[in-house]
Amino acid sequence: MDPTQFLRASRVVIVAGKGGVGKTTVSAALARMAARQGLSALVVQVERTSSLASLFGRPPLTYVESMLAPAAGTVGEVRGRTITPDDALLEYLEDHGLRRISKRLVSTGAMDVVSTAAPGIKDILILGKVKALERSGAADLIVIDAPAAGHAITFLLSVRGLLDAVRVGPINAQARDVLELLTDPERTTVVLVTLPEETPVNELVETAFSLEDRVGVSLGPVVVNGVYPTVPGLDISPAEAAAAAGITLRPGDEPALSAAASFRRHRQVLQHAQVERLAELLPIPQLRLPFLFDASLGPAHVDVLADALADEVVRLPDPVPPAGAWCR
Amino acid sequence: MTAAPDLERLVDRAGILVCCGSGGVGKTTTAATLALQGARQGRRAVVVTIDPAKRLADTLGIGSLANTPIRIEGDWPGELWAMMLDTKSTFDDLVVKHSTDDAQVQRILGNRFYRNISGALSGTQEYMAGEKLYELHDEGRFDLVVVDTPPAHHALDFIDASRRLTTFLDHRLYRMLMTPTRAYLRAVHLAAQAFVRTVSKVVGGEVLDDALAFFSAFEGMEEGFRQRAEAVQDLLGAEGTAFVLVASPRSDAVAEARFFAGRLSESNIAVAALVINRVHPRFTRDHAESERERTRRAAGTALEPLYTNLADLRAVADGEDANLVELAAQVAPAPVTRVPLLEDDVHDLAGLDRIAGHLFGR
Repeated sequence: MDPTQFLRASRVVIVAGKGGVGKTTVSAALARMAARQGLSALVVQVERTSSLASLFGRPPLTYVESMLAPAAGTVGEVRGRTITPDDALLEYLEDHGLRRISKRLVSTGAMDVVSTAAPGIKDILILGKVKALERSGAADLIVIDAPAAGHAITFLLSVRGLLDAVRVGPINAQARDVLELLTDPERTTVVLVTLPEETPVNELVETAFSLEDRVGVSLGPVVVNGVYPTVPGLDISPAEAAAAAGITLRPGDEPALSAAASFRRHRQVLQHAQVERLAELLPIPQLRLPFLFDASLGPAHVDVLADALADEVVRLPDPVPPAGAWCR
Repeated sequence: MTAAPDLERLVDRAGILVCCGSGGVGKTTTAATLALQGARQGRRAVVVTIDPAKRLADTLGIGSLANTPIRIEGDWPGELWAMMLDTKSTFDDLVVKHSTDDAQVQRILGNRFYRNISGALSGTQEYMAGEKLYELHDEGRFDLVVVDTPPAHHALDFIDASRRLTTFLDHRLYRMLMTPTRAYLRAVHLAAQAFVRTVSKVVGGEVLDDALAFFSAFEGMEEGFRQRAEAVQDLLGAEGTAFVLVASPRSDAVAEARFFAGRLSESNIAVAALVINRVHPRFTRDHAESERERTRRAAGTALEPLYTNLADLRAVADGEDANLVELAAQVAPAPVTRVPLLEDDVHDLAGLDRIAGHLFGR
């Protein structure tokens, strides 16, 4: 599939997954991939702890947009910002002529009462802001680095729950707009991220079915992050390989090479089994991203992953059913 | 490097072990292993898990919410019990405990706002984990309570939760509204009502009605809740309570662990032990340069992939070590124990046993 076509399928992509699977890294790679296709991308972070900006070598994001990677030649720009509920609420109240009470709402703790009374109100404020960004054409692609799942499900489910709790008024209208945004496959796609490991795979499958059944969002391809790149030629014994190469191994090298090769082969087998299991449990195309052998990641790694992602998209069958066709 | 004796001593002496850290770093498994080790060391140990992976929960026999510990039989001198926290029924129990009569209990349990508190109010799960911990400790049936904590991705965390929820329950806005309308407070009262009217215009009246009905039903119970919250708070800071920080060596997880260690230290709580899960093994300790030289020499031969792989795995091990330096310094003198990346997910006692082997060097 042509990457641009893939990226143009919906303007909003929500990247979700369990903690520790690399959601933030995938969000960054997706935005950068869009930029490399000449599109402009805006990454939105909804949790303060996310390390998104540091992946681009930039200081932490704020509620005001900042540049993460400027446009250069045919490459588009990547911008980033946060949307936190408190900030979104203040903006919402100001937009609705309620500026005067906005400060008090937060300082008296009334916001806590309201958000407990109507769970999901904070999520609606965040998603409402996303909707406004989408409507104003803030970027060709808006990538949302979602809160960690279970929270991702609550995050998206909250809309329906809120419609039940708040039946009239501006918040109700807001929730309706957001639900429309979420359930329109031409506007929003959810990309779920996992690792090729047992528990994350199980959780991803559960999340996928809940999102489909209970929210009605359209699921894009699943991203399997951290897949060990296959290295051919690890089956041979170091002694044999050394003999064939006419090289004398240093003492200590043979057991090290042999143990490392066996570790890698074994991990690959385990990962492969989980990837296959995921494919059986969830008939959605997979995009596999390589494990990077560096323990901390920066802009160069984001580029590597953006390229890998583009390669994987190209590999997807063409014509691809429109994103989300599987779940409709 | 090896922390085995320190961790063993901790399991031997602590009354409460709190495992904290971000999501996906193996907190639940670490907590279960510490409790198992407790039983091995002859203690009556219980582990309270928050959201265990299903297969682990099933083998521990806690696949369904019971909110009371279940005993796991095994060949150890002590006792091993496990339970999965049920936030809602723990809260219900607290309401019953602090209520004055049945009618009050019914009014609260049936209130929609109350039902939302357990599901939606951030911090409730943490608060109830603390409450359960207190209850189990207080009962005297157990001499080691190990508690898993919800993933700390919110700024708010375990140690603040009880204070935060009591503040919420003791709500100022509500008190303003319910304050007897003595003349000098009348102005405040009217202003508050105008404020509430504006709020209900935005979110709808029903929502606030539920909330006000809840606070009204809750009246008289705040004091009991506050005292209990203070007791939980004191217990978390008490001598027999130790915090075990769990992390993985990837940079983002380390950053979160450092944030968490900072929060603990602001509350004057020291990290008693640091457990790093999912560590890549190290296959070589040679100088990186001489190894690169040998890799170059092997280029184009059958040895090349073998050296390339060795270099890849070395790079990740070096990177992980580098990530951990500052974290280890921050929590010093806490012992640091590393558990390697495991081949399979842990879902039975044999799996916990393997982890215990790494944690306690058996």
